[in-house]
Amino acid sequence: MAIIETKDLTYTYPGSTKPSIRDVSIKIEKGEFTLITGPSGCGKTTLCRCFNGLIPHFYQGELRGEISVGRLNVAEQAIQELARHVGLVFQNPENQLFALSVEKDVAFGLENLGVPREEMRKRVDWALQLAGIYDLRERAPHELSGGQQQRAAIASVLAMQPEVIVLDEPTSFLDPLGAKKIFEVIYDLNKKLGLTIILVEHRLDLTAKYASHIIIMDDGKIVLDGEPHRILSSEETRLIGVGIPKATHLYHILKKDGAKLANTIPLSSDEMATLLKEAFEDR
Amino acid sequence: MIEVQDVYFTYPSGVEALKGIQLTIQNGEFVAVMGQNGAGKTTLVKHFNGLLKPSKGKVLIDGVETTKVSVASLARNVGFVFQNPDHQLFSETVEDEIAFALKNFGFKDTIVKRRITWALNLLGLAQYRKTSPFMLSGGERKRVALASVLAWNPKILILDEPTIGQDYQQKEKLRQFILQMKAQRKTVIIVTHDVEFVAECNPRVLLMREGKVTIDGEARKVLTNPEVLTQASIVPPQIAQIFLQLSDFGLPKNIIDVYEAHQILLKTLEKKAK
Repeated sequence: MAIIETKDLTYTYPGSTKPSIRDVSIKIEKGEFTLITGPSGCGKTTLCRCFNGLIPHFYQGELRGEISVGRLNVAEQAIQELARHVGLVFQNPENQLFALSVEKDVAFGLENLGVPREEMRKRVDWALQLAGIYDLRERAPHELSGGQQQRAAIASVLAMQPEVIVLDEPTSFLDPLGAKKIFEVIYDLNKKLGLTIILVEHRLDLTAKYASHIIIMDDGKIVLDGEPHRILSSEETRLIGVGIPKATHLYHILKKDGAKLANTIPLSSDEMATLLKEAFEDR
Repeated sequence: MIEVQDVYFTYPSGVEALKGIQLTIQNGEFVAVMGQNGAGKTTLVKHFNGLLKPSKGKVLIDGVETTKVSVASLARNVGFVFQNPDHQLFSETVEDEIAFALKNFGFKDTIVKRRITWALNLLGLAQYRKTSPFMLSGGERKRVALASVLAWNPKILILDEPTIGQDYQQKEKLRQFILQMKAQRKTVIIVTHDVEFVAECNPRVLLMREGKVTIDGEARKVLTNPEVLTQASIVPPQIAQIFLQLSDFGLPKNIIDVYEAHQILLKTLEKKAK
């Protein structure tokens, strides 16, 4: 069952003459890990704002076409109703955090939903621990580093336990190991709890291996949509400025020169190393 | 030239962010400062344009101590682009944003115009000349912040996380631009977590940990040393990860570039075929 579905979705920001997304028709199934990528300014963030109803409820402008989330029509639903279904982690954590302590920020959404106190305590602690910031729970968000703020923003969405979590470049301020840990937490939530994940990222090197679905946008439109191995084997992917993983790139240029490697396209360095080992050991 | 002589820095909150930094950066060098969140990277580079002054020790820019001159006069030679563009942008249009510093430095109107056009073209922002920076995407705002500093052509350029939100093509342009700066004997210092970008550029890498520089060397050496990287919370670039797993087959370990990897592997696979 599609948990998010759009049909010919087109949106123009107020004061702008050109739509930021155009005729977007996509289906995201329950339990998928979807990676959305594409050149900077291609409409990724705008599309994310439609998923949780920020567009059209907060941003004015003109929305045409259809979008439904968990069978709710986004344009007709109240934003607080949508918040139970979709949590959005913003690109810039400063736009999201506002409370006097990290803990209060994480609890804020739950308070609004009227979650009982004990349940709230449990969920806040669970989210803080998953995001690796339990020790920082009493600190003021604005005193934290960019990376720590990103973890706090992720925790505040996790605590809501929505069915769909949308993350817009959620680890851009984190160091690589910190980023990897966060991606693994997200991947785990996807695998174990079946949460639907939508991740916006430029760095396919770090993230392609987690995805079960990749959507590539360019200039407000969807240009490629499908299974990661298939999408990343397409020449077009490179042409529109999406940096495919280095391991995948290396595989393609070796194959082009006639290297004898198995026909499974690698999405990570481990997969590529395995292919090379097989080629060296045998045959 | 930047000289850092035994610099310590403690924030008013009592956090000791730098603990005895000693280093020299020559004109024309390209340096990447890497390390864990909170290692002191941004604190260190903020000393290069005088935004921060050492609690102990000295920082000299072209022989002049940063405590002896104003941040404003240092800025002419040392351009700084912040991690978060929203800490930097404030004008109504992209054009005004870029014009602001140029006018402050007293450039003539004709030159201001020419420099704006140059910077906008360089960063692929020409169509946004009259647009409000706040209408742009995160990646585009980041490039506006960069354009506004590049426009006045500083001798030393400091970029805090320049590749955040940038796609593959933008990163490639940035790499080309940095190489041009280098050819003009300008100094470029980036603070970054982007190992793949560093692997493509092969700069000098300063690896920081807990307020100290723990390793100082060529990227291909630093990024292929897994023990050192783990301590600094860095994951080796993909190509290095592949070669680290293939060491049993007699392949070199210090490979980070995809094209170099391609040549080596082609030869090895051909040999096997014979």
